[in-house]
Amino acid sequence: MGGMKGAKVIPARRWGQWIAAALLSVVVLALLFVVISSRRIQWSAIPHYILDDTIIDGIWLTLVFTILSMVISILAGGLLATLRLSRNPVLTGFASLYVWFFRGTPLLVQIIFWFNIQLFIPSLDLGGFHLDMNAIVTPFVAALLALSLNEAAYMAEIMRGGLLAIDSGQSEAAKALGYTPTQAMLRIIFPQALRVIIPPIGNQTIAMLKTTSLVSVVAAQDLLTRTQNIYAKNFLIIELLIVASIWYLVMTTIASGLQYLIERRLGRSTGEAPVVWRAVMRLLRVEGSRG
Amino acid sequence: MSAMVEAVDVHKSFGALPVLKGISMTIQKGEVVCLLGPSGSGKSTFLRCINHLEPMTSGRIHVDGQRIGYHERHGKLYEMSGTELARQRRDIGMVFQRFNLFPHHDVLTNIALAPTLIRGEGREQANARARALLKLIDLEGRESAYPYQLSGGQQQRVAIARALAMNPKLMLFDEPTSALDPELVGEVLAVMRKLAADGMTMLVVTHELGFAREVADRVVFMDQGVVVEEGPARSVIDSPQHERTRAFLGRMH
Repeated sequence: MGGMKGAKVIPARRWGQWIAAALLSVVVLALLFVVISSRRIQWSAIPHYILDDTIIDGIWLTLVFTILSMVISILAGGLLATLRLSRNPVLTGFASLYVWFFRGTPLLVQIIFWFNIQLFIPSLDLGGFHLDMNAIVTPFVAALLALSLNEAAYMAEIMRGGLLAIDSGQSEAAKALGYTPTQAMLRIIFPQALRVIIPPIGNQTIAMLKTTSLVSVVAAQDLLTRTQNIYAKNFLIIELLIVASIWYLVMTTIASGLQYLIERRLGRSTGEAPVVWRAVMRLLRVEGSRG
Repeated sequence: MSAMVEAVDVHKSFGALPVLKGISMTIQKGEVVCLLGPSGSGKSTFLRCINHLEPMTSGRIHVDGQRIGYHERHGKLYEMSGTELARQRRDIGMVFQRFNLFPHHDVLTNIALAPTLIRGEGREQANARARALLKLIDLEGRESAYPYQLSGGQQQRVAIARALAMNPKLMLFDEPTSALDPELVGEVLAVMRKLAADGMTMLVVTHELGFAREVADRVVFMDQGVVVEEGPARSVIDSPQHERTRAFLGRMH
């Protein structure tokens, strides 16, 4: 086939995809035009409010809710997973029931429930201590309780899955060497399970950054609550929602970048870097040898 | 000679399925015994009863004079706690068919972790011993390799070193070469030969008739949960007395 040598290869043309891409571009540009040309949006309000003190305070509280609820739910989820994998039917039953209940009812309902807890438990008397529920369960506490207890149900399942993913030969080898059950769990099983459970914990953390906005229904002073407080006075609803969205995007992008770096360190990335981070890393050329 | 392992009338059922139907066996100190038999005969299950990885249904096993797995009080058997079992298992090494090295630790840590963690040995001392064991298994200089970087034969040799690091009185081998490519079997058997020559008490479940014939003091042939025939390795393998033994060995040759 000497005559073919040097002939240029023309890949098959995918006409259908070209047409779809062209149509999609037209639609997106049209929508963008509609948004930008809207005279009802005060674009200048966005830079004005983006670093507003109230907004920044809201961001801090959103971060506090995310971090605290993740820490509490990881601890509680670990405990629940341990109960679930025990051999005692009461303990496994409790853990199953917990997961069933907290995953089966809406988080929004749980938030409103904790906020109104004093309606049916006005106070607790514990051996001389009188606890006034109204004073203890502030919007902050109600929001944190609801987020943590709900998330613990998901964490329990993630951790149980991680522990079950480890080959039974590992615990047999540890037992045969004379590890006590606790030593085998802490030194052999858990470190291996960690590699399995860190990616989903990262996903849950990123989801939690956005889920915290639900606590605005009890005015827990997170980013969305503050945003709503501002637009309740000046009616710049869309502008302030854009400000909030920008901040949520910033937080989730940074978090998914961190997740990617952690997973790469663990040598077990479950996916690709988020699109924005890939672009940043191409610019910084830190992607290195990873293909 | 005194007995290292004394098993009396060991029964084991998985649900309604009886797997061991009264196994009795004595292994003397320093003796090498190979357990032969078709798959499903209960060899591995019996081996796993010796360190209580598999709880028996009835019977008793003593290792070096110690009752394994249970306390007998007022005619009842009470299963030991996980911590008590761990104490007994320290002195019984075990090698598995599928190696079961710890994939998150390098070779040196795989070998030296248990002595430091369980026996409380100093890190330096444990590492030095681990290096000596690496020399024994002919893997000098590979201490920082991870299990996935090693061939199956190398992994199994590390698994043997890991068990030896605890200074066991008895070594149990559960089909140690069955998961290996044929050309890697020899290097594992060579390490086991060295151990046997050093006087280690060994109970080996295997299909390697050549190894059994050459290294074992005694072979025990099991079928369908009972001991069919036992005796000096050469005489059982070369001139089996029982029909079932003959049929099995005939298939193996």
